[in-house]
Amino acid sequence: MPRYFTDEHEWIDVDGVTATVGITDYAQGQLGDIVFVELPAIGTNLDKGGDAAVVESVKAASDVYAPISGKVTEANSDLEEDPALVNTDPEEGGWFFKMTVGDASELEGLMDEAGYKAFVDGL
Amino acid sequence: MRYLPLTDTDRGEMLGRIGVSSIDELFVDVPAEARLDGPIAGLPMHMSEMAVERHMRALSNKNLSAGDAPFFIGAGAYRHHIPASVDHIIQRGEFLTSYTPYQPEIAQGTLQMLFEFQTQVARLYGCAVANASLYDGSTACWEAVAMAARITRRKKAVLSGALHPHYAEVVRTMAKFTGDEIADAEPAIQPTPDNDGLIARIDENTSCVVVQYPDILGRIADLSEIAEAAHANGALLVVVNTEPVALGAIKSPGELGADIVVGEGQSIGVGLQFGGPYLGLFAVRDPKHVRQMPGRLCGETVDAEGKRGFVLTLSTREQHIRREKATSNICTNSGLCALAFNVHMTLLGEKGLRQLAAENHRLACLAADRLAQVPGVRVLNQSFFNEFTLMVGQDARAAVHRLAEKGVLGGVSLGRLYPGVDRLAEGLLVAVTETTTEGDIEALASALEEVLA
Amino acid sequence: MSAPNASGWKPEMTVASQDGLHSGPVTATGNRALMLEEPLLFEIGRADVTGVDLPEPAAGAPNRLGGLDRAEPIGLLGLTEPETVRHYTRLSRQNYAIDLGLFPLGSCTMKHNPRLNEKVARMPGFADVHPLQPQETVRGAYEVINELAEWLIRLTGMHGVAMSPKAGAHGELCGILCIRAALEARGDAREVILVPESAHGTNPATAAFAGYRVEDIPATAEGRVDLEALKARLGPDVAAVMITNPNTCGLFESEMKEISDAVHAAGGFVYCDGANFNAIVGKVRPGDLGVDAMHINLHKTFSTPHGGGGPGSGPVVLSEALSPFGPLPFTARTADGVVHLVEEEGAEKFGHTQAFGRMAAFHGQMGMFTRALTYILSHGADGLKQVAEDAVLNANYILRSLEDLLDAPFGASGPCMHEALFSDAGFGGDLSTLDLAKSLIDEGFHPMTMYFPLVVHGAMLVEPTETESKASLDQFIGAFRSVAERAKAGDERMKQAPYYAPRRRLDETLAARKPKLAWSDDAEG
Repeated sequence: MPRYFTDEHEWIDVDGVTATVGITDYAQGQLGDIVFVELPAIGTNLDKGGDAAVVESVKAASDVYAPISGKVTEANSDLEEDPALVNTDPEEGGWFFKMTVGDASELEGLMDEAGYKAFVDGL
Repeated sequence: MRYLPLTDTDRGEMLGRIGVSSIDELFVDVPAEARLDGPIAGLPMHMSEMAVERHMRALSNKNLSAGDAPFFIGAGAYRHHIPASVDHIIQRGEFLTSYTPYQPEIAQGTLQMLFEFQTQVARLYGCAVANASLYDGSTACWEAVAMAARITRRKKAVLSGALHPHYAEVVRTMAKFTGDEIADAEPAIQPTPDNDGLIARIDENTSCVVVQYPDILGRIADLSEIAEAAHANGALLVVVNTEPVALGAIKSPGELGADIVVGEGQSIGVGLQFGGPYLGLFAVRDPKHVRQMPGRLCGETVDAEGKRGFVLTLSTREQHIRREKATSNICTNSGLCALAFNVHMTLLGEKGLRQLAAENHRLACLAADRLAQVPGVRVLNQSFFNEFTLMVGQDARAAVHRLAEKGVLGGVSLGRLYPGVDRLAEGLLVAVTETTTEGDIEALASALEEVLA
Repeated sequence: MSAPNASGWKPEMTVASQDGLHSGPVTATGNRALMLEEPLLFEIGRADVTGVDLPEPAAGAPNRLGGLDRAEPIGLLGLTEPETVRHYTRLSRQNYAIDLGLFPLGSCTMKHNPRLNEKVARMPGFADVHPLQPQETVRGAYEVINELAEWLIRLTGMHGVAMSPKAGAHGELCGILCIRAALEARGDAREVILVPESAHGTNPATAAFAGYRVEDIPATAEGRVDLEALKARLGPDVAAVMITNPNTCGLFESEMKEISDAVHAAGGFVYCDGANFNAIVGKVRPGDLGVDAMHINLHKTFSTPHGGGGPGSGPVVLSEALSPFGPLPFTARTADGVVHLVEEEGAEKFGHTQAFGRMAAFHGQMGMFTRALTYILSHGADGLKQVAEDAVLNANYILRSLEDLLDAPFGASGPCMHEALFSDAGFGGDLSTLDLAKSLIDEGFHPMTMYFPLVVHGAMLVEPTETESKASLDQFIGAFRSVAERAKAGDERMKQAPYYAPRRRLDETLAARKPKLAWSDDAEG
């Protein structure tokens, strides 16, 4: 299952017509202790680059953007009880939401794992 | 100048340290043409404490204070006895002259007080969580409408006709700019609130229904059926209370199905003060709505040694973090008024609040019965707590002024609250609290009889 | 720097005396002499106790509550008066306050609160009058509002004032709504409000609430608005520019008049955030600089007490162009030359028919008006000018007394106004502004404003106000230098400060992850 990355530090796993989205380990490290994640409602139509979720630390709230366009199909309810999952397991158990892949061509502009690592190293 | 500690010698030394020769050099960035050379012309110079006090006392003496007359005015602000210790405590410098508790290690006094206050308000309202207060009841009412729109993602608020007209006007004013649709009406003059009419206005686009309890005419409606109708349409029920003492006698809005409860807390501890500062109360029944709440919240936590302590929390909802995405642009609460409420409510306790409510209701019943005997006067309400509406058979507004000439502050005419609405012109709102004596009631009854004759 | 303490204490005694404190016995109560732990009301109150003597309700008393009697316990607890006084007195002692010492919170203007103001506000003709009393019985209250309005209008060189806004942010909203109403009245739908990056968070929050899109105005390297960049952005879509002057970097916007002229030429309005009015009160009138609307925080410049976070009061003064749209109740000079309070009824008589609505019930924060007017009369035009001068002098004294040790990002831009801005550049280890702030607490001071403005890394904004003596400033400077030196040396102990406050650092992550916002009886322990 291919994983892509955005320059806003989201990751997206694509599995056919659906995808899973979260934020990267680098992003959670920058944010510090996550205290709350506001997830999109199921059925929400997302536009690539538009606001999709909000992740809050004690002193900051950051928007999480949709890596591609599509419709939200599931939100990670574990994050409601335990937002710290984003800190401890950002790229697996701390996923944010699942969505449909509206337009697979939108994936073309995203980075792969090596590309993202180089991107982060350059920051 | 008694408030300015620097002497001219100090100023000279300090200018030397700074490395300039005159104070004007510190204002060099102000363009010369905008800088005033001397004190602004035409304004008085400084005055002694004695002289200022004399001036202000003369202004104060031009007012007829509520304690100096038989007093029956309510309509959103009520005169209650405030124990002397309340004012003593709020004047302690550590409360009076402290700031918003942004450094919690040295603000535990304010924070613990706010935690107690939030708990008292939540319990009084029958809710899970209350915030650390807003400006006043009217602005809290608007914030509730805005919050309901955020939660439901709908933009149509249905206001009861018997919501305080100033509150409705604040909501209408704000909604003009946010694009929310406000469906409202004026109150129907009838013995019971028009629940059916209100329910008929709820539809699938409604974000919330806003009901005052007891309402502007003093009537008390069972809110359960309104709550059911709102919920059936996916809307929230917002209940507004302007007299918290009433909730020592009647069921809490939360018990009756309210989702958001807001109100004016002025009755407990704050005093009349010609309209402000007052105390906006704001609570939600369902804890999952907490993150959509406006205003500050105080929460419990522990310090590095494991001791219990309190902090302002969930502040990412607020303007200083979210900027244009904040839930509200508010950054001040009504801290000292919240303290006054907290202290007064602590002095009352469950027992005292229930006794206070019972005494208010006893005297109000007494007054309603006595005033109903005045020729030409009819009590409108089937139910009430400590305020009811009289129909006086003529323009009540003129009657209020004639009562004032006789030294009686006899209530608020509906004509003042609803200028230009002729069908309400004969209504007179009369409030009775524990500060009202039987002699006051008799004075109002006999003055009213003369005035209406 | 002068010795901070006359009790016989000397710096070399510090280690011994502080170690002595900590090697003392653990107390059974958790108290440390005058530092007293106080339980929550819900742990000491009782349901059947009250501190107010009221009659027991008579059985069979009339009941017209509509069958809605509250049957279940409310869950409130009571204390008698002696217990109440003690509870709150003990709590009060865990607070820092201006009455205890210098409170250098930048942009907050924590000045002394004269006690005459408190006495006046409690006069029965002010404290015990109802906002809906017949007007003829409250003439004095209307006079207070009109007299204060007249002062505010003259001190700012403006035309009218909406007195009802309840705090600064509320006044700011009021001002922006006036601008929108004025634009709509001329059929001009503009969409954008320009706000400097350094602005307080309320500015963009307010603009967004009023339905505008917010765009940043760039700043120059000197920390002021970039006039040329602003001019380039102005156009028919810009409704207003919101500027804080003096700005949040502590600098006067010296090109304010040029900014206003450019905005007006492009058909927009100028909103000035008056949070920092204390620096210029009695010295500069914003109206002379082309400002159309400005809120005045009575709780800052005019010393009404902050009360642990309110109440505030935020009247907004308006230019002649905006005055017709001011909300009711509104105060303006009418054709007879007198300042009048206009309410819904009689608005036509005063020609005030375009009001955009109402900001709040009743007339505004009367209790703050009486205090502010008392303060203003005490100072007079001459005293207010001296207030601004001493406030600016005190801030510059701090700036120049610390800039050899601390980075002052705009120290070379000239004098500051009423607040001095520093950054955490040069701190050792991984120490930050927060650690310096918490160490100041141990030195007996409230910290300065931290991490604001956002445009400066690790910002520290220090506003001493004019009510500090030179001795008080010197003591503060001494303490600040001491903690700054420790920060630069990378003293790791600062990470655990404060050591001597009623609480050590509090776990804000826990508070936010598992919010506990009310007492519950079934709580653990």
